[in-house]
Amino acid sequence: MHPILKLVTQRLALGLLLLLAASALIFIGVELLPGDVAQSILGQSATETALRNLREELGLNEPALTRYFKWLFAALQGDLGTALTNGQSISKAVGERLGNTLFLAFWAALFSVPLAIVLGLIAVRYRNRWPDKLISGITLSTISLPEFVAGYLLMYLFTVKIRLFSPISTIYSGMSLGEKLSAIALPVMVLVLVVLAHMMRMTRAAILNVMQSAYIETAELKGLRPFVIIARHAFPNAIAPVVNVVMLNLAYLVVGVVVVEVVFVYPGMGQYLVDHVTKRDLPVVQACGLIFAAVYIGLNILADVISILANPRLRHPK
Amino acid sequence: MNDELKYLLGRTVQGKHSRRAFLGRAGALGVSAAMANTLLAGAARAQEPKKGGLIRMGMQGGESTNTLDPALAASEVPFAVNMTWGEMLTDVDPHGNLDMRIAEEVSSSPDAKTWKFKIRQGVEFHNGKTVTAEDVLATMQRHSDESSQSGALGIVQGIESMSAEGDMFTVTLASGNADLPYLMGDYHLIIQPNGGRDDPAAGIGAGPYKVVVNEPGVRHGFEKHANYWDDRIGHADQTEILVINDTTARVAALQAGQVQMINRVDPKVYGLLKKAPGILVHATPGRGHYVFIMHCTAAPFDNNDLRMALKLAINRQEMVDKVLGGLGSVGNDFPINSAYPLFDDTIEQREYDPDQAAFYYKKSGHDGTPIVLRTASGAFPGAVEAAQLYQQTAAAAGIPLEIKREPDDGYWSDVWNVQPFCASYWGGRPVQDQMYSTAYLSTAEWNDTKFHNEKFDGLLIAARAELDNAKRKSMYAEMAHILRDEGGLILPMFNDFVEGVSDTIGGWESDPNGELMNGRAHVKCWLA
Repeated sequence: MHPILKLVTQRLALGLLLLLAASALIFIGVELLPGDVAQSILGQSATETALRNLREELGLNEPALTRYFKWLFAALQGDLGTALTNGQSISKAVGERLGNTLFLAFWAALFSVPLAIVLGLIAVRYRNRWPDKLISGITLSTISLPEFVAGYLLMYLFTVKIRLFSPISTIYSGMSLGEKLSAIALPVMVLVLVVLAHMMRMTRAAILNVMQSAYIETAELKGLRPFVIIARHAFPNAIAPVVNVVMLNLAYLVVGVVVVEVVFVYPGMGQYLVDHVTKRDLPVVQACGLIFAAVYIGLNILADVISILANPRLRHPK
Repeated sequence: MNDELKYLLGRTVQGKHSRRAFLGRAGALGVSAAMANTLLAGAARAQEPKKGGLIRMGMQGGESTNTLDPALAASEVPFAVNMTWGEMLTDVDPHGNLDMRIAEEVSSSPDAKTWKFKIRQGVEFHNGKTVTAEDVLATMQRHSDESSQSGALGIVQGIESMSAEGDMFTVTLASGNADLPYLMGDYHLIIQPNGGRDDPAAGIGAGPYKVVVNEPGVRHGFEKHANYWDDRIGHADQTEILVINDTTARVAALQAGQVQMINRVDPKVYGLLKKAPGILVHATPGRGHYVFIMHCTAAPFDNNDLRMALKLAINRQEMVDKVLGGLGSVGNDFPINSAYPLFDDTIEQREYDPDQAAFYYKKSGHDGTPIVLRTASGAFPGAVEAAQLYQQTAAAAGIPLEIKREPDDGYWSDVWNVQPFCASYWGGRPVQDQMYSTAYLSTAEWNDTKFHNEKFDGLLIAARAELDNAKRKSMYAEMAHILRDEGGLILPMFNDFVEGVSDTIGGWESDPNGELMNGRAHVKCWLA
């Protein structure tokens, strides 16, 4: 078997095991929360009778272990079930939400990844001079700003002062691509600001590391232009750490943007998950947890494979 | 026309300023009296409902877990959503009078035990079926049967039997209740085809709008139900409710014109938003109130002197000013205010009196250990700050309070109605009887102060069947006195509903029954 294929298969198998472990952990976590679904649905207005009836209907009287395995077997057959709270099909709801989340993440990544890498390259080219300091200064300030503050600032600027964009980023089917892009402009800006610094700094550090090597000196002595040395000779050897950071940030764009979703009223996975955790809606929490875990594991496998492909020494192990 | 003049004009038409005040202020802005009169006449004409358009509301209080099943509605967005597509037998108008909806007429036997509701002819569900007495019967059965999870279970429990004959729906109660027509306006009791037994969350009702989009926690879209019977409401062709839980985003959406109305304007930004061009901010006194509740059966609160000491040790006006930003009114330790019919305004207002509080505290013989007050930021907005204020004013009377901050998660299951002293809130009810029966009758399921008083219970039952309003009013006043002086309720404040409305909206009316004109602002208003 080709070593890469073998590696991917191994990682996938391990990933599946991790997913199973994650599902068990999520289940235990939700079980440990005070109150139950019935109590959360009915809230302050719960009467004993109503609680009893609702628990019965939702099957909450069965032992936790039975419920977990019932859920697991259904999930293995591709049936994520229905939400306990509103009876909607989870697959359908999650499908829409995940689509929205990926849409937002895609556009944020499309702008932030190339921008971060190019800025990183420029920073190396002018290291310790004003362009480097300016780039680091700006990106580090934007990452230090909490997302919601950045969100409010942009909102104030672009919706209240200059009425360029809509403060509400709700998108739905039936909107044209242009309308959708205009709707998500502000959250994309915020996300780009948030993830830029991490990737930019990593690109800068990784390349600087390589710049110490003897072969770079050779390239310099050959009389190559500094930017060509950085882009053509140093960067390929710095890809592995950069890819890892890029993947971590991509994963963050998918699973960690709940604050941005709330501020801009964007119907993504984060808000959906938080709502259902509050209501102890276990099947939904499980489904979301699994998807999030799968995104993380998948992107990490991808990062590993790319770093190996980028490094001939790893590509041909002894 | 400049913004200030526009603003004045809007306020005057809505009755916030008198005509004379408008003319005076317009004069100060350099507008002649004749011109001002013309303006006013034009603005008043604009108050005639206009048809068509799209009205959007941005609201807090919606989650992706919401359902359209009216039995399970509990938070603000499902409430407003259900008020868009659904309709009850009756409703309560802003002045506290009965508004006949699906029931056209109502009559009762002299003992208020048997009630007959005549079903309006030609009311049509969104699926084209005509509303019949059988549908009404099935609805009430669904909410009252053994397996019901309905929030209205407490209301329909007292029903002994029901029947439907022709266009008449008849209810027989176990004991008389003069308020039954009001209770039938409870927002859970939306009439659904076959009572909603086939699919309770279908969103098919007889209300002015049909559900077109239902994305819980995101948005709810509606279009006009062409065959709706009442053309006094439902002016816009389409309406939409956007869930915007973030306060800042909601205000920004209103300012940017994305939505025309929002609920829950933060008292902190009330003053600023009022100055924003094109926006009116309404503070509507309602029946909702914020409370601290003591269990009358648990030590040390089983001692009425200690309860009295704690009631005297709270500074109500300071709470209204600081916690509500002045957008509310002081409470008087019973859950009724002037927004209720048959309210007695002669009951003496309890004031903050540290000396009296210290006297009662000493008299109670409490051992001086700190009294634990539990609170959570979710108990009511500002509950933690309110508890801290309370701690300070109580300390001035020599009463040590210890504040225990609980997590929001599980507050309603593990703290409220479980711990003997905690912060909470009530949304209010349309009539006094319902408020008292829900939370202060000895046998009530939500008797969260564990208040047991035979005389109070007796008066409540007697007042319920009393059809003479004068007698009834004096009975309610007597009950209020009992609860105020002996109950476990500390009621520092009634909160206003604070809402932001664009000046492109006509027909706004202040409604104490619930926020955003009792959930129907988008149904009753129009685009001016």
